[in-house]
Amino acid sequence: MTEHNVFPTTPTFMDKVNAETPGDPRLEMCIQCGTCGGSCPSGPDMEHTPRALFQMIKAGMKDMVLSSNTPWYCVSCYYCTVRCPQEVHITELMYTLKRMAIQEGLYRESTASRAPDFSGTFIDYVENYGRSFELGLATRYHLSHNPLNMVSMASMGMGMFIKGRMDLIPTRIKSLKQLKAILAKAKQIGGAA
Amino acid sequence: MKYNYYPGCSLERNAYAYHQSTLAIAKPLGIEFEEIEDWNCCGATEYTSINLLASYALITRNLALAAKNVDIHKLVAPCSACFLNLAKVNHNLVESPELAEKVNTALGAGGLHYTPGSQEIYHLLEILFNEVGLDTIQSKVTKPLIGLRIAPYYGCMVVRPGYSRKFDNPEHPTSLDKMMSALGANVVDFPLKANCCGGHMTQISPPVAYEMLRRLLHNAAEYQTDIIVTLCPMCQLNLDAYQDNVNQYFKTKYKIPILYFTQLIGLAFGIPAEKLGIGKELVNARPALAKIGVEVPEPQPVKGQKREKPAKEALPMPTMPEEK
Amino acid sequence: MPKEPLHEERIGVYVCHCGSNIAGVVDVEAVAKWAGEKLKPRGVVITRDYKFMCSSLGQELIAKDIKELGLTRVVVAACSPQLHEPTFRAAAAQAGLNPYLTELVSIREQVSWVHTDKVAATEKAKAMISGGVERVLHHEPLEPLYVHIHPSTLVVGGGIAGIQAALEIADAGYKVYLVEREPSVGGHMAQFDKTFPTLDCSACILTPKMVSVGRHPNIELMTWSEVTKVEGYTGNFTATIRKKARYVDTDLCTGCGICQEKCPKKVIDEVFEAGLGYRKAVYTPFPQAVPNYPVMDAENCTYFLKGTCKACEKFCPTEAIDFNQKDEYITVEVGNIILATGYQLFDPRRIPQYGYGRLANVFTSLEFERLTNAAGPTNGKVVLRDGVTTPKTVGIIHCVGSRDRNYNNYCSAICCMQSLKFAHIVKERTGAEVYNFYIDIRTPAKDYDEFYQRVLEEGTNFIRGRVAEITDAARLPGEEDKLIIQAEDTLLGKQRRIPVDMVILSAGLEPRYDAKEVAKLFGISCSMNGWVIEKHPKLDPVATMTDGIFIAGCVQGPKDIPASVVQGAAAAARILGRIQQQDIAMEPIRATINENQCSGCRICNNLCPYSAILFHEDRLVSEINPALCQGCGTCIAACPAGAISGTGFSNDQIMAQIEGLLFLNLEPVPA
Repeated sequence: MTEHNVFPTTPTFMDKVNAETPGDPRLEMCIQCGTCGGSCPSGPDMEHTPRALFQMIKAGMKDMVLSSNTPWYCVSCYYCTVRCPQEVHITELMYTLKRMAIQEGLYRESTASRAPDFSGTFIDYVENYGRSFELGLATRYHLSHNPLNMVSMASMGMGMFIKGRMDLIPTRIKSLKQLKAILAKAKQIGGAA
Repeated sequence: MKYNYYPGCSLERNAYAYHQSTLAIAKPLGIEFEEIEDWNCCGATEYTSINLLASYALITRNLALAAKNVDIHKLVAPCSACFLNLAKVNHNLVESPELAEKVNTALGAGGLHYTPGSQEIYHLLEILFNEVGLDTIQSKVTKPLIGLRIAPYYGCMVVRPGYSRKFDNPEHPTSLDKMMSALGANVVDFPLKANCCGGHMTQISPPVAYEMLRRLLHNAAEYQTDIIVTLCPMCQLNLDAYQDNVNQYFKTKYKIPILYFTQLIGLAFGIPAEKLGIGKELVNARPALAKIGVEVPEPQPVKGQKREKPAKEALPMPTMPEEK
Repeated sequence: MPKEPLHEERIGVYVCHCGSNIAGVVDVEAVAKWAGEKLKPRGVVITRDYKFMCSSLGQELIAKDIKELGLTRVVVAACSPQLHEPTFRAAAAQAGLNPYLTELVSIREQVSWVHTDKVAATEKAKAMISGGVERVLHHEPLEPLYVHIHPSTLVVGGGIAGIQAALEIADAGYKVYLVEREPSVGGHMAQFDKTFPTLDCSACILTPKMVSVGRHPNIELMTWSEVTKVEGYTGNFTATIRKKARYVDTDLCTGCGICQEKCPKKVIDEVFEAGLGYRKAVYTPFPQAVPNYPVMDAENCTYFLKGTCKACEKFCPTEAIDFNQKDEYITVEVGNIILATGYQLFDPRRIPQYGYGRLANVFTSLEFERLTNAAGPTNGKVVLRDGVTTPKTVGIIHCVGSRDRNYNNYCSAICCMQSLKFAHIVKERTGAEVYNFYIDIRTPAKDYDEFYQRVLEEGTNFIRGRVAEITDAARLPGEEDKLIIQAEDTLLGKQRRIPVDMVILSAGLEPRYDAKEVAKLFGISCSMNGWVIEKHPKLDPVATMTDGIFIAGCVQGPKDIPASVVQGAAAAARILGRIQQQDIAMEPIRATINENQCSGCRICNNLCPYSAILFHEDRLVSEINPALCQGCGTCIAACPAGAISGTGFSNDQIMAQIEGLLFLNLEPVPA
């Protein structure tokens, strides 16, 4: 939050979103100009443009915001962040909305409901091996969501395997215990500060 | 020049060619890479979607391990996503002491600690462009890439949003262009060179992803590109491994090889192609590379070459600063 | 405790209630009573409290006491001196007491408005009055300084604001030196085609004024000139002006234009034609230039570069070409100066995603003005960069480089109206489909919103969305060979791609690249954004903190032509008022240097924000010019020898006030 708000008030949904984003994301400074929605490469495929989503946040429409597919279609290209005339940290706010959507379970309503599973599967490997594991990720994710995808992925997967660009077994870091301890502690502390 | 080196998960296998070619050109350029001992995955664009503090702790573990090399203060990451994560976390920890305290508490559970800002994060491109310099690179060129039409493709995360220094323009960067020019290649300034490849969208929504890739391939093809040169394993994977899928989905016939810029630097240095991981790409680069060293006739004027002389009635164009 | 002998001063203390502003927190009656009793030994002979001391009745109380009780000092405890110091000084003066023998103690802004504890506030008020009483004992009966105002004026900048100001002063019968950097007066207004909202031809309304300026017996017009140095102080400035060499003898030149015609060297005219047209190496910027003498651009002239050609000299019928001409420096004495140096356009090459400079058919607003101007490079035809093709669809982008923290965070005031004007002109001349991309439509002044209505009636399309990018990379059918404007139509909530033939960027207004240096020359300063700072943004927009220097037009901030004209006229009126007074009284609150204590270290010299301190090389001491000094106190604080003191802020006064505030006359506050 910028320092202009000197009167104590009950935190709004916008306040919460701001607070859970590191740094000073300046969500309240949005003037609804639409540069973000205009720059977004996946904008046409989002239910709500980033700009529309911010107005919904300001209006306190929490459920609608967190069940929107918008954050899941964000590709982190940062065009919006770099072009925003009010220096709103849009991409970082999208990450916050993803986290909140998962915490509230509202992502299930969205048309991109399998996206969190992709992330979840990815980090599962990271937490248990210290490294990502593509073959495992692809297999688990596609099998559980869209087995037919496996067919189209198969030829590409074969190509990757033949070129020696795919591991069959995951790599494990040496100090995995250390990493696990660190991550456990981090999850215990929580928060964005 | 010694640097801390963070390869990232992709460079281990999927983008091994990038890792191989980077090390191959490091020696002639006098660079020593000290790989961080027992580094872990940076979490890509996935971990921050689940848990903020854990994702920061995950990334900072690498920073803490890098800082153990007490006399090296610069950390280089060839992968754009790894670079962005490291730079972003480093920046935010400096900006927010409360966040830094929480992260260090988490690190403490593993016996580690990181002083925010004690490592400076660089992408490999910046090291080669600013620290090594184009003159040095050009001086090592023994086999200039004459006649090769290269489209430099930056992707997003190396030029935006600028958590480390903003070393190149976020909308219209030119460092990679200049570097490929220094190798003697014919550099194609195609407008979408800093557009997004879609990242992990191929897994979330293939139609959206394929459309984003199609735009890039279409634009590069319009400019009659021989090779698209990239500096990010994700971009390389998307444009290369999924090119066939794009062709099937849109009934197009693109056949543009995607190589890493370090591979081309290596070729220009006279290093044999096998030592640079060439051949690992799914869209074969050998036909395009056959052009190197072969005398080619002056190409027909194509879109994207230097401006043609305007007609007599034409109004003058403003000049861009680089052209002066 | 100041060990001073008993004095003969008779002090009156007046405590104001200010309605309930003060009385609601401070017990004003108790304070007045306390002052009457406790401060009696200090010289207080009368204390009063009253509801509104600043009212005429309140002031009469003071005046009456001065006359009847022979008061020699007055202390008023009320609001801030910022507000009413002049009021009470005037009241005292009218009653025959020197106005500087008064002291206004602020028990409103400094006590009742900032404290809630009534007991503590009352005690604080007492302490402050005690301080005021001690201080006022050291006041001296100062007399204002009088400065004579030289009747001539220097106007820097020959745009519409400068022209207006010069004409008004000259018409009143006083001499004006009008200095303009370019070869002709006219400024940016001379570049435009039509002006909003009336759609008057810009040159048609401007040139009569330009001609008047050129012909006026009281205006000495110096174009192709710049001010290089300004010395002096209000009413008495000496300005050094560099008249750049034109390489044309203006006594002989008839303005026939043959030299221009015959000159073989063509260059792009970056200034007047905004880079869209050409001029010769010897040129007048446009046909109606005033004065109509050409200048030679030595950096591009073949003779200066290679030693050959001299075609202009050969063909000039009056032998007016003089390659040996040198810059001439003159000095002028003036009483007041107006800075009216205008603006420059934001450079859209700084926004790469808009494609200006790379994509041929993206134009800036000034380029488009030249395009539509009948005397411009295409004689007013709206065509693409190829000089031939008429566009069928045109996109006009608002807010380019304005309202953007990445570039300029302010609104440039004129771009919305300008964009509407462009929409109208494009429609009228080409019948093309027009799209305006905006965030807001800002049409605040007279007839402006009506103009918006007119443009709507003409069928212009409005898309509310700040443009994200302009590209030639086609993606969808119908986009080949077009420029595509990509923006979110925020009213629909959908991203849209509009293919157009031509894009016009309404680029913002910026301060001139050398605004800060120029301002420094005149002893005034610029804000963070680079616009020159006015004395008060609401109540005094044409004066500056430096007495005698005024500003008018866009140098003070973006504004349209009527506002520039108004500011030019306002500055002229202020100056005429000062000239008419002949001698002006200045606040005697000044710093003075005790020469005997000055060691000549010169630390103060460069610290003075008003350049008021001079150094005497012969005596090796510094001296403060009372006319320039504004009494800011910087030098007083900096002097290591303590040799500088400020009248109105002497060490004695301050120490006495501190003693009165903290030690003397006080009682312990009940716990």
